[in-house]
Amino acid sequence: MSGPVRHREDRRGIALQAGAILILLLLQFVLPDYHHTNVARILVLATFAAGYNLLLGYTGLLSLGHAMFFAAGLYGAGLSAQHLGLPMPAAFLAGVLAGLTFSILVGLVALRTTGVAFMIVTLMLAQACFLIILYFNDFTRGDEGFVLSAEMRRGTIFGFGYDLSDPNVRYGLALLLFAVASTGCYRLVRSPVGRVLVAIRENEARTAMLGYRTFLYKLFALGLSGTISASAGAAYGLLFSYVGATFASIQYSILPLLWVLLGGAGTILGPLLGALLMFYIVEFASEQTSSYMLVVGAALLLLVMFFPKGILGTLRDRYWRWLP
Amino acid sequence: MDFFPHLLLALMEGVVGACVLALTALGLSLVFGVMRVVNVAHGEFYMLGAVLAWAFASLVPGLPAIGFLLALVGSPIVVGAVAVAADRLVLRRLDYAPEATIVATIGLLYIIQQSVLALYGPNANAVVAPIDFRILLPWFGYSGYKLVVVAASIAVLVGAWYVTMKTRIGIVMRATQYDRETAQNFGIPVDRVYSMIFALGAMTAAIAGVLIVPIQQAHYLMGLDPLLLSFIVVIVGGLGSLRGTVVAAFVIGIGKGIVAVFFSPNLASIIATVLVALVLVFWPNGLFGKVSR
Repeated sequence: MSGPVRHREDRRGIALQAGAILILLLLQFVLPDYHHTNVARILVLATFAAGYNLLLGYTGLLSLGHAMFFAAGLYGAGLSAQHLGLPMPAAFLAGVLAGLTFSILVGLVALRTTGVAFMIVTLMLAQACFLIILYFNDFTRGDEGFVLSAEMRRGTIFGFGYDLSDPNVRYGLALLLFAVASTGCYRLVRSPVGRVLVAIRENEARTAMLGYRTFLYKLFALGLSGTISASAGAAYGLLFSYVGATFASIQYSILPLLWVLLGGAGTILGPLLGALLMFYIVEFASEQTSSYMLVVGAALLLLVMFFPKGILGTLRDRYWRWLP
Repeated sequence: MDFFPHLLLALMEGVVGACVLALTALGLSLVFGVMRVVNVAHGEFYMLGAVLAWAFASLVPGLPAIGFLLALVGSPIVVGAVAVAADRLVLRRLDYAPEATIVATIGLLYIIQQSVLALYGPNANAVVAPIDFRILLPWFGYSGYKLVVVAASIAVLVGAWYVTMKTRIGIVMRATQYDRETAQNFGIPVDRVYSMIFALGAMTAAIAGVLIVPIQQAHYLMGLDPLLLSFIVVIVGGLGSLRGTVVAAFVIGIGKGIVAVFFSPNLASIIATVLVALVLVFWPNGLFGKVSR
């Protein structure tokens, strides 16, 4: 691709990214309370999806166990706040570090496999994590989970007081997290390293033949993907004050897959769009019936059969070639 | 109780669990072996078998033996029909692409599970065992029905072995597994073989579900554990190797039974799950599998 075209495409992509974040920033002043909290949650979940998308959409690795990374962040932050009494910013960092270490370890083992075996290994490891959380019930409170107290969620940082139970603070921090994660992903996929990841997605053998050490690139992608997912988990636990084993269950490995497939794998804003739509679809369905997970199954099936590129992926194919 | 009776109980429970597990895993292994499809919805066929067994048995209240036989025939047929529909409507249209079929079968998992929740409800229901007979050992009494489970499982396993190794259908199946395109060139209707295999795989899971339901109640979420255990068994036994699957089911089923009785069921699952992930990483063909071509 020639220089000027590349440059113009980048400008449009950056404008779209900035526009999306600006809209989200302004949205908080007009949303009613109920949707205000929902969108804050969605932003954190979209960060989780953005981490997942880095692996599925840009590196071509389909993980069925990302709940373990989300849970690593959730429990890394939640347990260190609850049992070690760390203040919120330190607890958040503890969650991110837990996710980083854990995802590198998982990567060293799981990336020795490819294709279907990789999917099953990640599924199994995630299930082992879920069972381990239940096993150490005294410490984690298992299925029931634990709630972080209001005092714990207040404090000061650099002389400024904060209170995570304030909805505006929560929204602001959730948006900050999402903006950093998705802009970071955007920068990464436009960088030479990101190009190598896409090359691995398209044809790993060929990329290896060109002299790239694909294992290291995949390890980097999995490590970053796991760390972003863990930062979402840590933020989710601290912002919404609940830590429980549900978030480590298989359902939370499937949901990011669904969000990314719906929004469009390999698009920067797809994870947000997918998480937003699916959150409200599931919410609506759960008001109608107790078997609301039916829509999750139906959505997965319909997407994979008729709409494999998702919303933004299809729009990119048909109209906007420049869409990041 | 002393150590020996305790161990005996653990072994007996382990054997019963292993038989049911071997049946369930056999279906998964068959489908993977021939079609190269990892069926994540396999546990739901087991669950569907169990729930339908309850439905069939409640058609003839007061006659547990007849109700059970009706379930043993009816459930697998209904489940097989569901599987054929899933193969025709979904898997075939995806051309059996590995990653797409996994995502699609995850979708099927939720669709089957949640439809059962909507139609059958969140309750757990038991089916009365067809025979009411207790074996009295010096230390404890043991349900005679569990021996029926063992016998029936072995009968189905032997039947599956006979069909695959000694019949014309078995030759067609193995030819399709060995080389799909050549089989097609020799006039084997590969599409129909695939539908049949997928149905047979689902039906063995359904039979396992019917057999278990007098011991364990039918519930819409009961499919997850057998699914994960079947994955473990199929992977350890070597993907697609039926003999390996059966051996692994017995080793894992009995081992899990012993750890569960002496330590905790949860610990047994953790150990099994981590071990299988490591097996898959370091011995990709399983401990008993042949190197794939």
